[in-house]
Amino acid sequence: MSDETIRALLDRPNSYVGRTLSRAGARRAVAGRGRYTDDFAVPRLLHAAFLRSPHAHARIACIDTEAAARESGVALVMTGAELARMVAGPWVGTLTCFPGMKSAPQYPMAVDRACWAGEPVAMVVAASRAQAEDAVERIAVEWEELPAVVDKQAALDPATPPIHPALGDNIAFRRTIDTGGVDAAFAAADVVIEEVFEFGRHTAVSLEPRTLLADFDRATGKLTITTSSQCPHMIQRVFAATLGLPDHMVQLIAPDVGGSFGLKIHTYGDELATAAAAVRLGRPVKFVADRLESFVSDIHARENRVKGRIAVSGTGEILAFDIDVLSGAGAYSQYPRTSVLEATQVLNVTGGPYRHRRHRGRATVVYLNKPPSSQYRAVGHPIGNSVGEHLVDRAAHALGLDPVEMRRRNVFPDDAYPAVTASGVRINDMSHQRCLDTLVARMGYAELRSEQAALREKGVHRGIGIACFIKGTAPGPHGYYGTGGAPISLQDACTIKLEPNGGILCAVGVTEQGQGTDTVMAQIAATTLGVPMESVRVISGDTDAVPYGGGTFGSRAVAIGGEAVFQAARALRAEILDIAAVLLQAEPSALDIAGGTVVDRAGGARRLPLAEIGRIGHFQLGELPNSVQPVLSHTRRFRLLEDLYIFTNGVHGAHVEVDVETGFVRLLRHWVVEDCGRVINPQLADEQVRGGCVQGLGGALYEHCLYDAAGQLTNGTLADYLVPMAAEMPDIDVAHVQTPTSVSELGAKGVGESGTGAAPAVVMNAVNDALLPFGARVTTQPITPEVILTALGRI
Amino acid sequence: MSEETLTIALAVNGERVSRTVPVRQSLVDFLRADLGLTGTHVGCEHGVCGACSVRLDGAVVRGCLLLAVQADGCEVVTIEGLAEAGGIADLQEAFVARNALQCGYCTPGMLMTAAELLAEARPRTREEIRTFLSGNYCRCTGYHAIVDAVAATLEARLARGREGSP
Repeated sequence: MSDETIRALLDRPNSYVGRTLSRAGARRAVAGRGRYTDDFAVPRLLHAAFLRSPHAHARIACIDTEAAARESGVALVMTGAELARMVAGPWVGTLTCFPGMKSAPQYPMAVDRACWAGEPVAMVVAASRAQAEDAVERIAVEWEELPAVVDKQAALDPATPPIHPALGDNIAFRRTIDTGGVDAAFAAADVVIEEVFEFGRHTAVSLEPRTLLADFDRATGKLTITTSSQCPHMIQRVFAATLGLPDHMVQLIAPDVGGSFGLKIHTYGDELATAAAAVRLGRPVKFVADRLESFVSDIHARENRVKGRIAVSGTGEILAFDIDVLSGAGAYSQYPRTSVLEATQVLNVTGGPYRHRRHRGRATVVYLNKPPSSQYRAVGHPIGNSVGEHLVDRAAHALGLDPVEMRRRNVFPDDAYPAVTASGVRINDMSHQRCLDTLVARMGYAELRSEQAALREKGVHRGIGIACFIKGTAPGPHGYYGTGGAPISLQDACTIKLEPNGGILCAVGVTEQGQGTDTVMAQIAATTLGVPMESVRVISGDTDAVPYGGGTFGSRAVAIGGEAVFQAARALRAEILDIAAVLLQAEPSALDIAGGTVVDRAGGARRLPLAEIGRIGHFQLGELPNSVQPVLSHTRRFRLLEDLYIFTNGVHGAHVEVDVETGFVRLLRHWVVEDCGRVINPQLADEQVRGGCVQGLGGALYEHCLYDAAGQLTNGTLADYLVPMAAEMPDIDVAHVQTPTSVSELGAKGVGESGTGAAPAVVMNAVNDALLPFGARVTTQPITPEVILTALGRI
Repeated sequence: MSEETLTIALAVNGERVSRTVPVRQSLVDFLRADLGLTGTHVGCEHGVCGACSVRLDGAVVRGCLLLAVQADGCEVVTIEGLAEAGGIADLQEAFVARNALQCGYCTPGMLMTAAELLAEARPRTREEIRTFLSGNYCRCTGYHAIVDAVAATLEARLARGREGSP
């Protein structure tokens, strides 16, 4: 379809595309009528609770469940060994796209050895959760403690025993990228900056914990799982395969999901055990992770140490980056998405906004006796952006260049696309220059600099940060999961139908977790078809009701799923016009649909309501010639044809105040200008950016899973693990530059993660800008008061 | 071991209810499991996140830090009661219009707390609103939109108050 026709469809005067519309789901939530997995009342429901390893690494010498089984209300006690006998497996979290990667076999619960504190060891299923927890306390385990590997550097030491002896060492994966010429570039550089960065392990902390309700119908052999999930088809596939059931006999329903952020795209052993218990008992079984077990059993992320170097010419031209990443995974590589994508993304995106041509990156991922790490919102980007943007600032300072000017001299120009970054990723349709210009204007950058200088005289230390970014969104089948062999669909699909009364049902494979996906899909469908919003209902989150899809992860819902909706709606529109043309004895090209009615394209005269097409198309088929067989249901799929991702770009600005006596950072204001291509619903896009930023700010300033030398999490409560609350967070100014992606007709790119990916970089730059007069700098996240006071030499 | 129980009588959303409950059961579990009032959510079970906020005899409390038996003889209002009484319709409308929620899991607790602030009916800065809401954890929105919605509702109520209309 030509550009002109797309514009004709999407940019009509009554188009919903580009308009802020509120979400139907929001209205339900404010009335207290949300329906989350734990809200469903089910007859004969049983509750699961888990015994978890108290040790970071220990052999199970003996496990005695007899006393637990005798407790009141107990229906089943199952050890890891017993579960292992009833499931296929084990899981091995490797993908073939990561050559040389290795991981140990993992069962859903520990069989003879626990490898992290919190690993499930045995389960109790009882009439109430309280009874199940009582019985868990009666399980007796004789533990033989083993040495725990807790530190990344120690994991590399040949003297450290491997966690999994069969692997030979603790190294999960190594990857190197090298353009060549890096050493020569550094030798020729006028400025070389080198720094070491530490990033603390943290986790997603969705307010609704992981929850799964499984029910098995022995008569039909069908397993129905209701769960708080972003990826119903992936969970269906993995659970079916592990439990030895056919895919089509496992239904996954994701009702309202109380936050996910990547946490809920994974398979967890306790959840699989819950489903296995339902199969074994022929009764519904529910598991709700409590907050304490969430901290030790949800995936973790971000534990990385990075050595970074930048080479820059005397005129401020970036010549080369050289980075070395040491990434701490957990005890196993998370199945099936792996624990090595984070380090891979750090190599991909560090320095990604800039057009230097020499680039070297090395990544080493090591196993630790900690919970498995894996994909969490903006995988690897907070690390790569923080490293790259810090080095750029330092180089600018060394040359006496303003950070904005330094970036202007080095970003890919807006007319440079398509292009390939020095790290080797293809980029297109970007707008670094326009984003920078917009940001500087919105921040009032020059005024902030003047104010900063004046306040420094008074002993007030404010910092201004700038950080450019690129963000991989909407992964394609040529990317990691697809070529690596993971059972994750990288296409997504829409089935759209005309109902007899003219209503539209739009079933999509991508899922809704409150970001507004369903509303955005309805906006695309309604606009493409030419019907009112209230005529469209979107169905998502039920494998029995939606076409096969990957679900929502990697900022893919609108970019991939939205294009599928656009294509499917256009197919339905074409059929409706064909039928109308027969009935009206007109040419289809002379007709249009507006306001739910077939109209004359010229003049707009109303000819036939869609309800009439629906009535004839479903009931009065005799009114149509035999050559016309209405389908009125169309499925279209969409996937990237070549690219790894649709990369987006943007720039953040931050204004902070550092109290140099206490080390406290006050976030005064935050700005984002980003390019997610065509914006379907401006408010929803803005709120994705704002929420994403605050998650990044949490990681930058507060969030840290603190482990002691024995591998025990020492702050695993919501009172001790600090998350951003309203009082600490700033107002966030958001603006968009819209460069539609050329890989789809809709033109939308991903928007859900970029805030998280860049916010840590810009706040670290702002803090360091504030500390400049003291000759101090911080390169450790979270940037706690202790980190700042240490940098200032005050403690 | 048989579960120790007590019979309690209380008013929940204006309805008299009497139930025999385990003495160790939390108020929020009682409201959710025994009365089916699932609008009140469980987030941390140690009194930090605010998802389980309910009104007990007029004050906002953590439903996870109280036992059901402690509510014997009390009046409890949950989000369902608050919403159906109509007193926060403007706040709910502002939350929807401003998209001051995403996953919605924190929303009932957030509305409970915001309603308490609005009830004081005095001007507040954004910073004061942020501080007032700081016992309620939201992982999705970043809080900006929530502050906008509460500020807009407060401003509209104060303006109506100045005009002397209800």
